[in-house]
Amino acid sequence: MKLSLGPLLYYWPRQSVLDFYAGIADSPVDIVHLGETVCSRRHELRLDDWLEVAAMLAAAGKEAVLSSQSLIESESDLKTLRRIVGQGDFRVEANDFAAVRLLADAGRRDWIAGPTLNVFNPHTLGLLVESGASRWVVPPEMSGEVLAGLRAGLPAPLETEVFAYGRLPLAHSARCFTARHYNLQKDSCEFRCLGIADGLVLRTREGEAFLTLNGVQTQSARVHNLLGDLPALQPHAEVLRISPQGADSREIIQLFRAALDGQRSPESAFAVSVAHMPAAPCNGFWHGRPGVEQYVAV
Amino acid sequence: MTPASQRIELVCPAGSLPALKTAIDNGADCVYLGFKDATNARNFTGLNFDARQMREGVDYAHARKRKVLLALNTYPQSANWADWTAAVDRAAALGIDAVILADPGLMAYAAKTHPQLRLHLSVQGSATSYEAIAWYHERFGIQRAVLPRVLSLAQVEKVIANSPVEIEVFGFGGLCVMVEGRCALSAYATGESPNCNGACSPGKHVRWEQTPRGMETRLNGILIDRFGANERAGYPTLCKGRFEVNDETYYAIEEPTSLNTLEMLPELARVGVSAIKIEGRQRSPAYVAQVTRVWRAALDRLALDPASFRAQPAWMAELNKVSEGQSHTLGAYYRPWK
Repeated sequence: MKLSLGPLLYYWPRQSVLDFYAGIADSPVDIVHLGETVCSRRHELRLDDWLEVAAMLAAAGKEAVLSSQSLIESESDLKTLRRIVGQGDFRVEANDFAAVRLLADAGRRDWIAGPTLNVFNPHTLGLLVESGASRWVVPPEMSGEVLAGLRAGLPAPLETEVFAYGRLPLAHSARCFTARHYNLQKDSCEFRCLGIADGLVLRTREGEAFLTLNGVQTQSARVHNLLGDLPALQPHAEVLRISPQGADSREIIQLFRAALDGQRSPESAFAVSVAHMPAAPCNGFWHGRPGVEQYVAV
Repeated sequence: MTPASQRIELVCPAGSLPALKTAIDNGADCVYLGFKDATNARNFTGLNFDARQMREGVDYAHARKRKVLLALNTYPQSANWADWTAAVDRAAALGIDAVILADPGLMAYAAKTHPQLRLHLSVQGSATSYEAIAWYHERFGIQRAVLPRVLSLAQVEKVIANSPVEIEVFGFGGLCVMVEGRCALSAYATGESPNCNGACSPGKHVRWEQTPRGMETRLNGILIDRFGANERAGYPTLCKGRFEVNDETYYAIEEPTSLNTLEMLPELARVGVSAIKIEGRQRSPAYVAQVTRVWRAALDRLALDPASFRAQPAWMAELNKVSEGQSHTLGAYYRPWK
C-alpha cells in the first residue's frame, strides 16, 4: 500500500510551504500532489515554483504529481491548465473535465482521475481509462461497499486511491466565503485566507463545529480519519491519501505507515492520531452513513 | 456557438402533471421533468412522474408543439446501474425530446443504444469551460450544456463563443451557491446527496422545533438556523442557515434568496444564450404559472424590441413574491456577488 499526500488545500506563506515540502522529502510518503487546486488568486507559489518543488521531491525518490484546479472559470485558468498538461516531467491529476480533454488530446496515458470528477461507476471509469487515466481517486462521499462494487465491475484492475485522512473537501463555489466573512469581494479579497493554517471553522448557533471555510472551498470541520478502518479498507485501495494540515502532517503520515507495516495496530494508531488532529474525527462516508459521523461497527 | 439573433427557449420546471400543463399553457417552450425515483436531482416525496403521467405529459406538450426534456442527472452506481439505463430506454420509447445527463458512463450508453436521442449535459456535470463541454460533445455528441451558476456574464460569453454546442443557463429560482455536482454538504450532514440520491437537505431529516430560544430548524440533528418571533422560519437548506464564524453569527454561505436574471435578459441574448432554465420542480403549479407567465412576457418583449427592453417593475414584483426569502440576486453573473 502506497501513501500519498494530497494537494495543499490552504493558503500558507511561501516559506511555510517550502519548509513543509522540505520536511516531506524524507517522510515515508510515496506520492506527493502539488499545485494550487482551490483558488487561482493564490500566488505565493507560481507554477514554476511548484515545478521546482516537484523536482526536489522527485530527486528525493517521491512520485510528484501536479494537481489541476477543481473549478475552472476564466481563460487564465485554462492557460494555467494548458501549461500543467504541456509539461512532460510529472504526472497530472485531472480535477475537471477540461483537464481530461486536454490530457487525452495530448496523448498522455499516465494521468490520474481526481476526486472531483464524480466517478461513481465502472462505465465512467472505463471511459477515463480509455482517455489515458492510469490511477483514480475515489470521490470522498463514496462508501467502501460502493467502491467494492465498482472495482468488481472493472474489466481490468486500476490503481485506486482513497481519501483516508483530513478535513473533507465537500464543495466548491465561485464565491469566496473567507472574503465574505471579512466583508470583502473576491476580486479585492486582500488575500485574507493567507496564513489561516487550517481554514476558518464554521459553527452552528449552539457552538458545534460543523464546516470549515477555505476560500471558495467548503470542508468538513471534522477530520475524516480512516486509520481505525484500515483492515476493511486495505483490500479496496492501492494508495491512501493524507490531506496536509497546519501542524503534524508528518506525524500522521508516520502513523499510517506504521499501521500499514504492522508496527502498530490500527486501533492504537488511531488513538495516537487524535492528539495530532485539529478537530474531532469522523468516518461516516466510508461506512455509507452521513460523513459527519464517527462510526464504530458493533 | 453564437447564432445571430436566435430565439431564446424558455425551459420550465414540471414536478407534476398539473405543473407541466400549467407551464405549457403559460408559454413554456420546453418543460423538464423526472421519474419518481433517484434517477433525477429532485427526488422528493410526492414529486415527479410515473409512466402513465409521463405519457400524458409528453402527449400534452407535443400536441402543442412544445418539448419535453427528461432529467436523468444523478450518478448511477454498480448496484443500481440497470435502473438508470432502463430510465434512458423508457425516455427513448416515450419520445422525450432530450435527456439531461451528468454521468459520462450513462451518456455512452445512451449514445450507443439510442443514437437518435438528443443529449443535454446537466448542470450536475459541473462543466464550466468550453474545454470541458467539448469533451462531452466529442465523446457523446451532446447538443446542449447547462452551465453551473458560478460564472460571471463575461465568462458565460467566453464559454458560448468557444463552445461547440448550445448553452442553457439558469434564469430564475432557487440558487445553488456551490458548483452543482461538486457539493457533498448534504451527504456530509444527512448521508443523502444530490449526486447519488437526487436530494439536498431532504425533508425526512428536517426537524422544526419551537423552543424558548425561538423556532429551531435542524437537519439530521444539526442546527441550521434559529428564528425570532418576528422572523419567518425558512426551510433548513444547509447552505442557507445562519452560523458562527469567529464569534460572528450571519448567513456565512448564502442568504435565503432566489436567482433572478430578468434584468440581464438583453445581455444574455447578446452573448448568445440558447435557453433559459427556470428552477423549481419542487414548487407548486401556482409558482410555475406565475414565473412562466412573467418570463414568457419578458422574452416576447425582448424579441419584439430588444433595444428598448426594460425589466418592468410589475414583473419583478411578481417574481419577488415567489422568491425564497422574498428577495433576489444576480448571483455569480454579477461579479461582486462572488
